[in-house]
Amino acid sequence: MSLVNFTTREITCKIVYYGPGRSGKTTNLHYIYGRVPNDRRGRMVSLATENERTLFFDFLPLDLGNISGFTTRFHLYTVPGQVYYDATRKLVLQGADGVVFVADSQARQLDENIESLQGLQANLVAMRSDMRSMPLVFQYNKQDLPPELILRPDDLDDALNFWGIPSYASDALQGKGVFETLRAISERVLRRLSQEGPR
Amino acid sequence: MTEQLNPRLTFETLVVGAANRLAVTAARTVGESPGTAYNPLFIYGESGLGKTHLLTAIGHLARHLVTDADVEYVTLDEFVEQYHAAVAAGQSEALRGRFGRVDVLLLDDVQFLTNRRELQAELLRILEQLQGANRQIVLTSDRPPAEIQELDERLLSRFDGGLVVDLDAPDYETRIAILKRRAGERGVPVDPAVLEVVAGIRVHNVRELLGLLNRIVAYQAVSDVPITPEAAHQLLAGDAPLPRPSAAGADVAPAPPGDEFADFLSGVTMAVHEQVGVWRSRITECIKRWGGEGYRTARLEHLLKQEVPTGVERVIREYERDVDRLRGFQRAMARVDPHRVSDPIFYDPERLTEADELVQSALREGRPPPGPSPAWLFEALVTGESNRMALNAANTVIASPGVTYNPLVLTGPPGVGKTHVLHAIGNELQGDPGARVACLSAQEFVEELLDAIDGDRVEAWRKRYRGATALLLDDVHLLAGKERSQEELFNLYNTLLAEDRQLVFTLVDQPSAIDGLDRRLVTRLEGGLVAGLDEPDPDVRRGVLFRRLKAKDRAVDPELVEYLTARPADSVRSVINLVQRVLRAAQAEGVEPTAPFAKALLEGAAHTVRASAGVRTSGAMASAVSSMRSREKVVWEWPDPEERVIEELA
Repeated sequence: MSLVNFTTREITCKIVYYGPGRSGKTTNLHYIYGRVPNDRRGRMVSLATENERTLFFDFLPLDLGNISGFTTRFHLYTVPGQVYYDATRKLVLQGADGVVFVADSQARQLDENIESLQGLQANLVAMRSDMRSMPLVFQYNKQDLPPELILRPDDLDDALNFWGIPSYASDALQGKGVFETLRAISERVLRRLSQEGPR
Repeated sequence: MTEQLNPRLTFETLVVGAANRLAVTAARTVGESPGTAYNPLFIYGESGLGKTHLLTAIGHLARHLVTDADVEYVTLDEFVEQYHAAVAAGQSEALRGRFGRVDVLLLDDVQFLTNRRELQAELLRILEQLQGANRQIVLTSDRPPAEIQELDERLLSRFDGGLVVDLDAPDYETRIAILKRRAGERGVPVDPAVLEVVAGIRVHNVRELLGLLNRIVAYQAVSDVPITPEAAHQLLAGDAPLPRPSAAGADVAPAPPGDEFADFLSGVTMAVHEQVGVWRSRITECIKRWGGEGYRTARLEHLLKQEVPTGVERVIREYERDVDRLRGFQRAMARVDPHRVSDPIFYDPERLTEADELVQSALREGRPPPGPSPAWLFEALVTGESNRMALNAANTVIASPGVTYNPLVLTGPPGVGKTHVLHAIGNELQGDPGARVACLSAQEFVEELLDAIDGDRVEAWRKRYRGATALLLDDVHLLAGKERSQEELFNLYNTLLAEDRQLVFTLVDQPSAIDGLDRRLVTRLEGGLVAGLDEPDPDVRRGVLFRRLKAKDRAVDPELVEYLTARPADSVRSVINLVQRVLRAAQAEGVEPTAPFAKALLEGAAHTVRASAGVRTSGAMASAVSSMRSREKVVWEWPDPEERVIEELA
């Protein structure tokens, strides 16, 4: 998708929250939704199953207004985490400008995190992209849980983050680390412009 | 210019909130690395929001990090005052030089540039100078650049090429932080609940906010007990025309978490600022780089005017490729004609074809033809009856070359000054813009032709002379009997005359009197003006003697001048020989040269009779091509001046 359109003077970024089921991707979007002034956010679209799992995806449009003469919009998406929704994940990933990988910090969820990360890499490769070229940040969610249940950010970095990508500890329910993550991915997405040049 | 920055206005004393976070971040970056990040940095916001504070803080930070950083803070009013003073004193260059040397120029309140065209032009020059030297400029204004009325487009685009950031009124949290800090600085304990009441009142700027705090502090100072929130409420609502909060906190800004979005927004804004400006920065960088090297950058400047960056990289690539080609042409020209390497064509990528043609034509023409000798100037000629006509004709030729007397043919025996007049004309013509005067002796002409024939370069040799704006040929009689040379001269003559190029020739006699000169050439030479130079008359002799004697840095003895003037001399050269002989003899005997001394020397002894007197007076000698060249010309053209020994052949 066109990130920066100089003709219409618009910047549109598609950011996808990716991660295993129940890692807190939709919670991130809910928190953001709650903190963005009414006039800056569109309707949040969330298609959930009966037991509140994301069936298709969440979509939250943010209109950041006029920045440097450019109408700037961020479109935040989440993918369904459950393994069997891989086709939907591929669909949502199409045209993504940046990805937030939301990992579940619980020690017992490590395998799910790894599996999801592998899935992300496979899907990116299928799109002729990969984790090194796609702007990406890690978010280690649920860091508020008792220490004995979770892995520390350093451990998670060791297990998942082989590329030294920025990572953020978070407690999405309370909002800790949510905006830091969003800001980081946004800046990375925008900075990629300077490497690619204006489109 | 304000040398001292207010020591209180630093980044440490600045309270940062969502309203000024972007500006503060940008300002800090600029302070940490002046001239590299955002240049110029333009900060705007309403009065009392901390523009001057930020400006001063940048200055402090730059001075702190680089000990000898030359930081200048100046308000526009001061700048105007100094500019007017400098203009009145005729020293606007000096002012520009002074501002242009600072490492960081902090210019406050530039909104007053409105409708000041001259001042804007001056500021633009300073801005260009500073940017060109990677020096930082920071400006503040109460409105964005586009809203400064009648602001020069070039200034506007310069400002846009840097970073333009705004300062907004502080939000609730920032207001609380400011109040707490200021109360703390004053050492006045104020109940936090009171500060919340103060902060709850919406103000337009920090000064108004501090005014409210002042009233609280003043109230507390006159009462023994600290002010309560309710009392503060009453106090501030009493006579202040400020909106009163309906209840504590009810009319306040959103709760603290709202700042998260503001922070996020400020981060995104920074990133967008940096990124969308990338192409403009890239072009500006290129303009600075190539413009700095003297290349015309109109093509790149045109890019900056477009809203949409269409094909920026492609245009830059093409521009740089063209500059490369220009450099290639310039190098080629340096090999052919070094005098023409600074031609403006070689600095204009829009004139690539012309540059190419210029080099091609230079290559065709080869090196430029020999020019007039700077030793023979018009001012050094002495006028008298014997040369008056020739010099009048020379003046006419100089005034309107190729028009009145074409060709001008100067005739006269050796030593009367024909060569001098010829080169003097050449030097005067050379001064015209674009002039390419060929001035040489017929003997050189022959030698060059022989070389060209030998090297199979005759066509190139011809082109070289055909490109001349004037042809001045000395001693044409030396061409006598040289058929090929005469033919070449004949053809060249016709070509140049057809284009109204001036032709000047010298001969020892009337053309028709020279044996071995082609009739075609003779008739053409005589078709112009044939002006004779005779043996020097007394006026010329007197003038020459006077100059020679004066040139030796002594008082001129009029009696000596008259005596020498009266001596027989068939040429200027013999007059010069005469005076040199007297001077040398006087020097050898350690006496002043006087008339009696000269008389004794020249008439007293038989040995003073010159061996050469009955032969030739100009000291002619045999040349390599069996022609006759004057001694003076040979000496002048000797390749190594160090090896020239001028000897009196007495």
